[in-house]
Amino acid sequence: MNPRLLRDLKKLLGADGVLSEPEDLLLYEYDGSVETARPDCVVFPRSTADVVELFRLANRHKTPLVGRGAGTGLSGGALARQGGIITSFARMNRILAIDIENQRAVVQPGVVNSDLSAAVAHLGLHFAPDPSSQKACTIGGNVSENSGGPHTLAYGVTTNHVLALEAVLGTGELVRFGSAALDSPGYDLTGIFVGSEGTFGLVTEITVKLIRLPEAVKTLLAIYNSVNDATETVAEITARGITPSACEMLDGWTIRAVEEYVHAGFPLDATAILLIEVDGLLEEVEDALLHVKEVCTMHRAREVRVARDERERELLWKGRKNAFGAVGRIAPSYYTQDGVIPRSKLPATLRRVGEVSRKYGLQIGNVFHAGDGNLHPIILFDERDERQFRDAVRAADEIIDFCVHVGGAITGEHGVGMEKDRLMPLIFTETDLDLMKQVHDVFNPAGLLNPGKIFPTSKGCGEIYVRPQPQLSSPPARA
Amino acid sequence: MPAKTVGFTAIDKPEYADYARCVHCGLCLNHCPTYRLWHQEADSPRGRIRQMELVDQGQMELGDAFVTHIDHCLDCRACETACPSGVEYGRLVEAARAQIERQYKRPLFSRIARDFVYRKLLPYPARIAAAARALRIYQRSGLAAAARSTGILKVLGLSDRERLIPRIDSRFFSSEMGQTFRAVGQRRARVAFFAGCVARVTFAELNRATIRVLQANGSEVVVPQNQVCCGALPAHAGVRDVARDLARKNLAAFPIDGFDAIITNAAGCGSTLKEYTHLLPANGSSGDHDRAMRFSAKVRDATEFLDELGLMAPLKPLLVRVTYQDSCHLAHGQKIREAPRRLIRAIPGIEFVEMQQADQCCGSAGVYNVTETKASLDLLALKMDCASETHAQAIVTANPGCILQLRAGSQIHGTGQEVLHVVELLDRAIAAPR
Ligand SMILES: Cc1cc2nc3c(=O)[nH]c(=O)nc-3n(C[C@H](O)[C@H](O)[C@H](O)COP(=O)(O)OP(=O)(O)OC[C@H]3O[C@@H](n4cnc5c(N)ncnc54)[C@H](O)[C@@H]3O)c2cc1C
Ligand code: SF4
Ligand code: SF4
Repeated sequence: MNPRLLRDLKKLLGADGVLSEPEDLLLYEYDGSVETARPDCVVFPRSTADVVELFRLANRHKTPLVGRGAGTGLSGGALARQGGIITSFARMNRILAIDIENQRAVVQPGVVNSDLSAAVAHLGLHFAPDPSSQKACTIGGNVSENSGGPHTLAYGVTTNHVLALEAVLGTGELVRFGSAALDSPGYDLTGIFVGSEGTFGLVTEITVKLIRLPEAVKTLLAIYNSVNDATETVAEITARGITPSACEMLDGWTIRAVEEYVHAGFPLDATAILLIEVDGLLEEVEDALLHVKEVCTMHRAREVRVARDERERELLWKGRKNAFGAVGRIAPSYYTQDGVIPRSKLPATLRRVGEVSRKYGLQIGNVFHAGDGNLHPIILFDERDERQFRDAVRAADEIIDFCVHVGGAITGEHGVGMEKDRLMPLIFTETDLDLMKQVHDVFNPAGLLNPGKIFPTSKGCGEIYVRPQPQLSSPPARA
Repeated sequence: MPAKTVGFTAIDKPEYADYARCVHCGLCLNHCPTYRLWHQEADSPRGRIRQMELVDQGQMELGDAFVTHIDHCLDCRACETACPSGVEYGRLVEAARAQIERQYKRPLFSRIARDFVYRKLLPYPARIAAAARALRIYQRSGLAAAARSTGILKVLGLSDRERLIPRIDSRFFSSEMGQTFRAVGQRRARVAFFAGCVARVTFAELNRATIRVLQANGSEVVVPQNQVCCGALPAHAGVRDVARDLARKNLAAFPIDGFDAIITNAAGCGSTLKEYTHLLPANGSSGDHDRAMRFSAKVRDATEFLDELGLMAPLKPLLVRVTYQDSCHLAHGQKIREAPRRLIRAIPGIEFVEMQQADQCCGSAGVYNVTETKASLDLLALKMDCASETHAQAIVTANPGCILQLRAGSQIHGTGQEVLHVVELLDRAIAAPR
């Protein structure tokens, strides 16, 4: 790292605001994904002004800048693929304002998702996007990944809850998009910014909507002996015009892994379970619950249980939200895939996952946001075995390939990052990608912001693992 | 100069099978008090585990940086509660500290102090009593007041630490050793009482209250004579040989089969007593493992035991508003959260209010408040904010270390809140006049 730049950074942020020793940098080589890349230094700004100044220094020294929240991301988004400066927002973690009347909050990007909900719970409000990582991930990270969660089905993803942003663009300009009003005139720049995975700018302040906590919530567990029956239940619920606030599915193998750890009361011999939640006004909820129960039974659910109180409800959700970790207990490493398919293709996709699992001899568990066709196969492998690692990646690629085949996409909510850049041509034509690149260049012309992400590139130099070629069963172009 | 070392030695090291469970998901970060203070990976559970892994694989030196970050850990085990992968962090950090103890040369002063505390003092009840008597003279003779008023403590940088030093009891818990205390009414259980080491000279009254409450609820209480320190402090500091030795002495001192339970009122001791099998593993050289297993199976925290047994003694109303601070080694170490709360709520007249972040460490953490005073006081300040928000008159908790820390907090921050152990509250309700 350029010693002058380092000296200037320390002058700006103080000695404790900059990390550059090798033993510290080794700890910013990872995030929640299976990728690794080492930065040249890590900085901790405390204010928007710090960030503006940071851009000036980075631009002057032509050094990459990569944003980082809590580093729970699953696609290597927060890793410095081409080296440079990681900007950790962990110390910019203040809630700046809560406007009860208009149900808004203004936060710094490092505020932890569930901390915001906890801070407004006594007002009967919450921040609706609820990724399973919500107790750790930051709102800045949520904005950059446009994160969703189990309740996305009814409440939408992060972008539906962001009203305005303050950010520093790749050019070094400080901008404000959107307004606290619901619909601001002109292009929806906030919309385009949310989900840009830290490649357009670094977000320094976010105005979010706060949603009333529902008057009533009911959570139901439906137990099946066949995956088909479970998926048909999901299709029928939507067909009847019922919108549950969440509809999650776990397969039999995953159920057993979770149950052993969480003791959520999931039956060990089931083939699939659905976790369905309805919320709203008391009468509405009772009514919807009746309908949902009826549909479950019609589609041969062998048992339908309704959580009797908040404790039982929390336990069911604990089972679901800890699924990744619980499965991870079984093998040294796991690789969580993220794909989207039309709901009607669930049974076929699951069969395909089973085939892939047998082909490579790797255990694969399945957890889905069934309501919106977002599937998360969890592939277990042993990181010490190079061959297993490669096979895990191949298996994941084959599953994603199938998703695209049946009309889905390569990621539902975990982002492209440095994990799926090479898969982008599966769903986008060259024209699509060119257009995206042009948009990218408007915000980030010099390419110093989070380089080596999203767009398929010739391989960067930060990687440690050599990636195998994706095995495509059909030409990537999409008609 | 501290020696440069790469890799761990064979015994008592963080094991691959334990650290590989960490899938670096980061879900523990926001639950870790030191991450919340400083927000850097090196002081987070995930980062500490990665550092152990790197040292084990020879990619990081077992040097100053590693030691600093492992020292900064409170061993509060909040990360274990948060971790979906079932990482047993407490076990990992204690092993890492054993490696540091063996391989890293600390500065001279620290070496002398550690040697004195862990090897020369804690293992010997008589020496603790002698030291306590000396300290009592300092505290009662006016010397302490003089030291404070002349400002000499400030000059020495000791004024904050001095507040954290426990007040020595006027009557030690010594004549009770070896005694049996009869159950009130019909005998429902026969238990052995674990009296602690420093607690015998600083928490003698708490020990007596615990015995009274147990008696009042139909337990016959025996205090085995030859028991020693549980070994928690040496084990947390990585001084494994001493901890192991103490564990063996306690296994010999407690006739396990004669009791329904072995009771402690200190969450920190309890979690070590319940994990004697970690100190005396199955593959160890001696046959102690089996006995450790039977011993640990009988250990109960006083609140856990009373909750299981069911309160029988009539309780008189206490008209106070209280809040509860989870002791880390009860909530995270032993996964006991509801029992103390149920006991508090069982007292008529009590108004119980939960504080925010009740299960965040108060900064006491064994000797942490002495070794890492600044961080400890920062955590204490956060804790006192949450505690005073509840407007509770008393903060109730379940571990002597936490009581000391919170009492200092109440003083430093002038909240005027009383700090009590759950059993002390029960004792008052049993003894309170109508
Ligand atoms: C167990 C587990 C479960 C998960 N469940 C879900 C889930 O249900 N739904 C879901 O959508 N995701 C999920 N994730 C993925 C991840 O938690 C989300 O993507 C989350 O939003 C990332 O937040 P973070 O603070 O950790 O961001 P990081 O991982 O630190 O960063 C993510 C991206 O955001 C960028 N970034 C961070 N802060 C800023 C900023 N201030 N300005 C600009 N760019 C920034 C980074 O450069 C990076 O590209 C899960 C992860 C784990 C480990
Ligand atoms: S929560 Fe557990 S698995 Fe995840 S990073 Fe922390 S210790 Fe590792
Ligand atoms: S034991 Fe406590 S301080 Fe140490 S890493 Fe875990 S949560 Fe952090």
